[in-house]
Amino acid sequence: MSNKEELTLQVDPEKARQDMLAKYPPKVARKRAKQIVINEVAEEGMVPEVSSNVRTIPGIITMRGCTYAGCKGVILGPTRDIVNITHGPIGCGFYSWLTRRNQTATPEGGENFMTYCFSTDMQESDIVFGGEKKLRAAVKEAYEIFHPKAIAIFSTCPVGLIGDDVHAVARDMKEELGINIFGFSCEGYKGVSQSAGHHIANNQVFKHVVGQKDEGKKGKYVINMLGEYNIGGDAFEIDRFMEKCGITINATFSGNSTYDQFASAHTADLNCIMCHRSINYVAEMMEVKYGIPWIKVNFIGAKSSAKSLRKIAQYFGDKALMERVEEVIAEEMPAVEQVLEEVLPITRGKTAMLFVGGSRAHHYQDLFAEMDMKTISAGYEFAHRDDYEGRKVLPGIKVDADSRNIEELVVEPDPERYRKRYTAEDEKRFAETGFKFKDYEGMMPEMSNKTLIIDDLNQYEADRLVELYKPDVFCAGIKEKYSIQKMGIPLKQLHSYDYGGPYAGFKGAINFYRDISRMVQTKIWSKVKAPWQKKPELAATYAWE
Amino acid sequence: MLLRHTPKEIKERSALTINPAKTCQPIGAMYAALGVHGCLPHSHGSQGCCAYHRSALTRHYKEPISAGTSSFTEGSSVFGGQANLISAIETMFTVYEPDVIAVHTTCLSETIGDDLTQIREKARGEGKIPPGKYVILANTPSYVGSHVTGFSTMVVGMLKGFAASTGKKNGKINIIPGYVEPSDMTEIKRLCTEIGVPTILFPDTSGVVNGPMTGEFQMFPKGGTTTDELIATGDAKGTIALGEWASAEAARYLDSTFKVPCKILDLPIGLDATDRFVDALRTIAGVSVPDSVNLQRGQLVDIIADYEQYFHGKKVALAGDPDQLISLVEFLTTLGMCPVHVVTGTPGSRFETRIKELTADSPYPVNVKAGGDLFHLHQWIKNEPVDLLIGNTYLKYIARDEDIPLVRHGFPILDRMGHSYFPTVGYTGAMRLIEKFLGVILDRADRDATETKFELVY
Repeated sequence: MSNKEELTLQVDPEKARQDMLAKYPPKVARKRAKQIVINEVAEEGMVPEVSSNVRTIPGIITMRGCTYAGCKGVILGPTRDIVNITHGPIGCGFYSWLTRRNQTATPEGGENFMTYCFSTDMQESDIVFGGEKKLRAAVKEAYEIFHPKAIAIFSTCPVGLIGDDVHAVARDMKEELGINIFGFSCEGYKGVSQSAGHHIANNQVFKHVVGQKDEGKKGKYVINMLGEYNIGGDAFEIDRFMEKCGITINATFSGNSTYDQFASAHTADLNCIMCHRSINYVAEMMEVKYGIPWIKVNFIGAKSSAKSLRKIAQYFGDKALMERVEEVIAEEMPAVEQVLEEVLPITRGKTAMLFVGGSRAHHYQDLFAEMDMKTISAGYEFAHRDDYEGRKVLPGIKVDADSRNIEELVVEPDPERYRKRYTAEDEKRFAETGFKFKDYEGMMPEMSNKTLIIDDLNQYEADRLVELYKPDVFCAGIKEKYSIQKMGIPLKQLHSYDYGGPYAGFKGAINFYRDISRMVQTKIWSKVKAPWQKKPELAATYAWE
Repeated sequence: MLLRHTPKEIKERSALTINPAKTCQPIGAMYAALGVHGCLPHSHGSQGCCAYHRSALTRHYKEPISAGTSSFTEGSSVFGGQANLISAIETMFTVYEPDVIAVHTTCLSETIGDDLTQIREKARGEGKIPPGKYVILANTPSYVGSHVTGFSTMVVGMLKGFAASTGKKNGKINIIPGYVEPSDMTEIKRLCTEIGVPTILFPDTSGVVNGPMTGEFQMFPKGGTTTDELIATGDAKGTIALGEWASAEAARYLDSTFKVPCKILDLPIGLDATDRFVDALRTIAGVSVPDSVNLQRGQLVDIIADYEQYFHGKKVALAGDPDQLISLVEFLTTLGMCPVHVVTGTPGSRFETRIKELTADSPYPVNVKAGGDLFHLHQWIKNEPVDLLIGNTYLKYIARDEDIPLVRHGFPILDRMGHSYFPTVGYTGAMRLIEKFLGVILDRADRDATETKFELVY
């Protein structure tokens, strides 16, 4: 990991850093200075510390959202057969209604509530006198109309402040209606970003759903996919080639998922984590309680997909599986390589910046690398230090007040369901082949030296970065898209994929190559200036000749 | 089926809203604030509010929407958001240099009882508001009203922040355009200019949320009502407020505070409502309506006469905001169509009364609900099918399931362009609406006709 290639940039990154900090009030500048870091990969993948998962400076125009968004929107949003009731004023439920593009494939006659938005639409009187009564009534009405197998309740800011006990309501209604009902204390003000909401969602799903159903999917190699949300159909693509390999995905957290998948998640033999930031908690807890080990995978990028498939096969250690995986990779790669050949002349040497999520800014660098595009700056919206620097820094991360108030579940091995998934012999094999569990090395060790790493990028810094470096593509979200594009730089949304995708796996890689090559050669960017703006000299006389 | 669990049988609900036909106050406040030149809206609440509002507005306009947030944490929720807001004001004036910061509250800051006026005074006292810069305020708890009332409250906030009286009238007419698109604001200004009425239009989001591509990102584009104009509203000859829900309160504020008389009209959508608006302008300015406006009106009447046969008796279901729906329903009846289901999420029983009055002659019973939701609308449609749906993008789920043509109108429109550039107000707007209605109705006729009955000419 050392002796990293050093990036040559038209503007010295330290100068760019100083440029960005110069305009800030002193206190703001001090804080941001710790979140804007120049990458330097040392021995054993050691990188500089990035201050992250810290409070956003009020007024800075952040990209971040809230805890509710992380809990209801991200983690629970993609599960189709749970009725998700937002307890609060109407806005929170409204904005999280179908806006994340989590696709779901509902079988004929199956349940899908994702197209619905359920809210208690709290009014002033509920704030003054308490909203529990209305919540109870709402749960009952939802049950009577829809008869779902489970109802989840999500708290918004005022709920915590007025002291509504959503958990007590959930408990009572569960007893009364005889279906699983559980609540989330995911008020928007908790934590410093949507990341706190992921953690809260993980906790409650683990506590109330996982382990409820002992029959999982049957198969020779049964895994769970964690942190894959099926944006634009990513999970479908992953399902496709897994099936080809003979690997059974028991549960996906939470793209294209159902309640029963969560409930039987403890029956799988391996947890594969895509988005480390949003879901590692549940993987950790499943390991302690049920004995399921976890590995980090990445299915963004064709080569990364191949690598992750091999890693899964290596875990099971079965020769037949390893051979089948190689066959599948060999079947998939020609189409990928053919498109890559088409786009490389267009994409080669171009530059990208990625500021998104808690894993995407890392994963998508693989796709850009496949296209021979250089990532010159990257950062996360809501990640923690381990996502930047690798899990090796976990013991040293200080727990601040904002993280401390997010519950840490104490988990113990389940007396009946705990089952160690590998033998002493396997362990020997793992040691010999260098196979590692819980092995997230983070984003920075894989990036070139001198790249600018910026946590919780804001509008001002994005504007400066684009002015200074003029990247060929900027990757972020909907809020950033049009300010960047006004500057004549195409922005690829990596939350919604600009309504395209899938981008995962082999077919996804093809889609991404094509989309990016289209974006960097779109003619419109060269027509921003009118002919008379390009040549403003006035003709002395009006003449045809 | 996308909404496969919606039963035909309607059960009374008292607590659960399903598929809302409104959203919360703060987003309306944010949108209104974008209509002030050089203004940076600021959401005094959790980060999520601001992120959600910016995302929703961006998806609707496909334009940059800049706004700050107080980024409340658990601590600030316990001890109050004063420190966060003061720090936000300092950061925004230093980094982004707006002329105006328009702060609106959220359910969070309202529940803990933050006093915006006091916080602004403290910020001023600490020198955090540079000379010549303004901070204006609006209390918009999300548990009251809807995005429409939030818009209205921010418009009042603008007046409270700026309007002043010199004691000398300036001969202008204030026009409050309501919660409409930037294209509509442009069209309203054009009509006023055409008729010869000097106006101050506020808020004015034209040129802000439908800006050009220039190769540069301007956080504060050319558009928006200027602070000088807002100050001058107190000296105007009178105010025309378009839309009772979004604009009347501000007009009444000017009347009671500065004795600027007001006239509250329906949004000028459709023939009759536009006629009333033009007539009011003509009367106030004491001018005759110019030929150019008469020409457009004449063209509109001509088109209606030409195509009336395809509209007559067609049943329509609508969802949206009260001001829009009132004028749209009136226009549909002018076209000979029959609005049969009308729902708004915004509360207010006057809405139901107005719709009942406008549809009194309808051959069908009319379902109307204020404070209703799209789930209920869908159930009504299952019981009494319609030929046309009018409403925001969320209606496309009903449209697909029930196989009904949809004309997108209102907020949010997430999947089509046009609303920011082509108005639906005024005579030209009415022509555009007709083009849209006719397009989907005749496309449907073409799709459903047998080969024998397939028509070349309509």
